[in-house]
Amino acid sequence: MDVPVWRGHRAGQHMDIRLTAEDGYQAERSYSIASAPENDRVELVVERLDDGEVSPYLTDELRVGDGLELRGPVGGWFAWDAEEGGPLLLVAGGSGIAPLMAMVRHREAAGSDTPVRLLYSSRSYPEIIFRGELETLAAGDGTLEVVHTLTRSRPEGWSGYDRRIDAEMLREVAYQPEERPLAFVCGPTPLVETVATALVELGHDPARVKTERFGPTGG
Amino acid sequence: MGRGFISRGFRGRRREPEGTSERVPPGQYLVDGFPVLSAGPTPRTPLSDWSFTIEGEVDGPQKWSWEEFQALPSERLTRDIHCVTKWSKLDTTWEGVSVDTLLEGVETAAGYVLAYSDGGYTTNLPLEEVTGGKAWIAHTYEGEPLAPEHGGPARLLVPHLYFWKSAKWVRGLRLMNGDEPGFWESLGYHNFGDPWREQRYWGD
Repeated sequence: MDVPVWRGHRAGQHMDIRLTAEDGYQAERSYSIASAPENDRVELVVERLDDGEVSPYLTDELRVGDGLELRGPVGGWFAWDAEEGGPLLLVAGGSGIAPLMAMVRHREAAGSDTPVRLLYSSRSYPEIIFRGELETLAAGDGTLEVVHTLTRSRPEGWSGYDRRIDAEMLREVAYQPEERPLAFVCGPTPLVETVATALVELGHDPARVKTERFGPTGG
Repeated sequence: MGRGFISRGFRGRRREPEGTSERVPPGQYLVDGFPVLSAGPTPRTPLSDWSFTIEGEVDGPQKWSWEEFQALPSERLTRDIHCVTKWSKLDTTWEGVSVDTLLEGVETAAGYVLAYSDGGYTTNLPLEEVTGGKAWIAHTYEGEPLAPEHGGPARLLVPHLYFWKSAKWVRGLRLMNGDEPGFWESLGYHNFGDPWREQRYWGD
């Protein structure tokens, strides 16, 4: 989206979209920004929900050239600036990748060498959002590691994780608590609860674990 | 956002059920489930370590253990709740101790309270928004002990304001002469948070 008078955002923030029907009826939802603050345009990730009200409009009806009412950026907690350093542990489920992708892109655009590990849970290989871009970024950068897990179906020959994220997986993938990573966890509530609880049990400082729920109910 | 803007091709699907629209504040939509929102890991304080404290601008702090808190008179109430992330939920049923009960016999000239929680969360409110039958320390939701992800063992319940004011895992109220922004109030969210005036963010 081109956003005139965009005053910039921090990686991880979201924005509100408000739709107005001709009779004045309005619906509002929040969407995370996936683009880097350095980017001129603003990119949101919208997961289409069949019984949704705003997401089917955005994915099916909205066309290039249409206007949208936006409000934001919003949220100053689930956000990361390259100067804050890391290491950065990013854990995403599904469309929860959006704010974390903004962080990965911001880190790249800012020329930061903060080590990053991204653990990303998707239902299937084709449903991995930003798969190609993540591959490219990781291939050219020894300090960015991307680990996928596929929970429903795997392509033939898949050698990666094949289950929902659990404590064992985090033990293998997350940094050691002594490395004091800054963790950002974004996804559906069960994933966020599991991951945040497991990180604390593994010995990570709860104050360095930031969470954002992402899903049909507006998180 | 601007006035008079129409979203081309948008008709809206989720019109609220008959008879409920006057209960849904502007910009909100109804949900059946109970979404969970929090900024960090869910704290899990054993009940043996739990206490509730009234402190700050009071003659002497008051403190209750979990047993003592449970022995206080509890009220049952049904209220609509409204989250700043746009969902509202009608007719939620809670049981808890009225803040009026906790403040009985407390002498204070304070005008504000800061509720504080396990995990470091805080939220600020004018004292008059949590007294006079407007706020509770809730321990039961729909007849069951309040689940940890929803703020159990106990959360502040201030249903007339956006739900971030209803601090989960609450452990005490600090009475203060002056106002002091809490966690979300310092991070761009409105200081007061009235859903009927759509006070979501700074500047609303």
